[in-house]
Amino acid sequence: MQVAANTLVLASTYVLLAVGYVVVYRASRILNLAHGELMMLGGYALFTLLSIAPGRPLLALVGTVVVSFLLGTIVYLVVMRPMAGHPLFSAVLVTISLGIFFRGLAILGWTAEIRYPLALMGFGTTSLRLPGGAVISNIDLLSMLAAGGLLLGLWMFFARSRLGIQMRATAENPRLAAERGVNIHLVFAVSWGISTFAAGLVGILYSSQVRLDPEIGVIGLKAFPVALVGGLDSLAGVLPAGLAIALLEVLAIQYVSPLLSEVVPFLALLVMLCVRPWGIFGTPEEIERV
Amino acid sequence: MALLNTPVRRTWFAVFVVGALAVPFFGNALVVDLLCRTALAVIGAQALNLLTGYTGLVSLGHAGLMAAGAFASGILTAELGAPFWIALPAAPLVGGLLGFLVGIPSLRLKGVYLALSTLALHFVILYVAAEYQSARGFSTGLLIPRPTLGPLTIAGGRAWYYTLLVLAAATTLFCLNLVRTRAGRAWMAIRDRDIAAATTGINVTRYKLMAFVVSSAITAFGGSLYGYYAGFVSVEAFTFFTAIEYIAMITIGGLGSVLGSILGAAFVTLLPYGVDALINVLPVGERVQSHLFAVKFGAFGLLMALFLVLEPRGLVSIWSRVRTYFDLWPFRYHPLGE
Repeated sequence: MQVAANTLVLASTYVLLAVGYVVVYRASRILNLAHGELMMLGGYALFTLLSIAPGRPLLALVGTVVVSFLLGTIVYLVVMRPMAGHPLFSAVLVTISLGIFFRGLAILGWTAEIRYPLALMGFGTTSLRLPGGAVISNIDLLSMLAAGGLLLGLWMFFARSRLGIQMRATAENPRLAAERGVNIHLVFAVSWGISTFAAGLVGILYSSQVRLDPEIGVIGLKAFPVALVGGLDSLAGVLPAGLAIALLEVLAIQYVSPLLSEVVPFLALLVMLCVRPWGIFGTPEEIERV
Repeated sequence: MALLNTPVRRTWFAVFVVGALAVPFFGNALVVDLLCRTALAVIGAQALNLLTGYTGLVSLGHAGLMAAGAFASGILTAELGAPFWIALPAAPLVGGLLGFLVGIPSLRLKGVYLALSTLALHFVILYVAAEYQSARGFSTGLLIPRPTLGPLTIAGGRAWYYTLLVLAAATTLFCLNLVRTRAGRAWMAIRDRDIAAATTGINVTRYKLMAFVVSSAITAFGGSLYGYYAGFVSVEAFTFFTAIEYIAMITIGGLGSVLGSILGAAFVTLLPYGVDALINVLPVGERVQSHLFAVKFGAFGLLMALFLVLEPRGLVSIWSRVRTYFDLWPFRYHPLGE
């Protein structure tokens, strides 16, 4: 039972992170490899807001997700928009270098010390005993709810809202969408915003669950295979892929070695790339082949 | 000699050679060490440039392949007591084999997807190396003794400097000549448009695999040299950041340019020391002083991003612009008809 619980907890983190990759990739065909660092900055935004206004945790939480959303749109407008028309790989490299830059900035701004924003908020973790004997913490539960909520919310957004439909149109064919009067720069900016909004959510949850330091962005790289296994342009694929990879990883910790668990997502990625490079639910024509 | 086809080039080349040979007699130990590191970086950057710059196949697994080469030599030396002249050539063999294996997915995948498969490869190689280290009790790394070849032992900064200088020059010459051969031209054709390359009779599969094998072999060779130079091999030396550094070298220098790889390698290797010097000169806050590492890290990220956004063709294009400026002076552009 504990294995199942651990899998769900890990999967919820992966799902939340992978959603960020998918939303940006769908919109602009760019892999945002700075996603983990954006999540880390979300954690620090929470920490800073809590330090400025102690005793008002709700304000800090709302502030964090707003700041995260804005950060994403700013990154798009300042850095990624000038990259339009450049080779895609240069854009990906820009996100990598941006991630390195953010990490350096975070150490400078907040030092490399390990922080615990949850304690600052005045909460602690309590463990909940599930039927069946598994134990999870209250934050773990929250993280699962957040993952479910975000997927549901995004699905509604893409299916129903005007902007969501415009975003789907842009994802399908940016030029046609632009000719139809869709403001594609707005669409791209909002996509980046949504992506970093999700990253901010993970930042809050992860820094409460585990810890906050400038190196936590590394988990972003590990969540990346989840997005690819599910299909880089498919939100629906994130859930099964997240669950599968989290299960494999938990099993590897349990039965083999923690060292192996670190590479499990990448092994899954390699296998997927050999077998079905477009992922579980992705669109096959996406990939140019020789 | 065909490469040095004008008197001007010959003169500058001679000046450069004399300068490079004279450095150890004037510079202190730190300068020599820095130049040794630059020479090692040049070897790695040339290898990556063959693959990414000339063939257009992006690899994020460069550090993994370097680690493979270093570990191949390290294991042969530390476990089997193999001499230098066996352990060093073993590295490119292992590298070439791995390159062949990595190259196979490249026949199916392109662009970003290929980058991801090499990224995954990086983590897998490092995982195997880490497992090996912990299983065999080399938790801090494998010690590699000084390379000895017959009566000669490479020890001390000056000896290393000349060895690495010669090897870096040889690698550069090799790459320079390689891109002028049929294989090199085939690679560039594949980079520019693979379907067109195939229709002109280039065996795309074969040349892509060849690019992977050659590049990986040189990379592993560089990694092995790095292990010998550092005196030990450990997984900590080959992080994902190392792979990014090499990509930064060839993009900052200028993709698909041998000169660019040298410039980029020097730039990226010397950047942290440049930042050091700058911070010592400038009046900066306490926090910056105490977090020098973070400043270097951030500066590296920022510069790489700036180069990609503002100067995508790298240092080489700045160099050629400056040259054109002086060629045309006092005019701003070529007169019509030229």
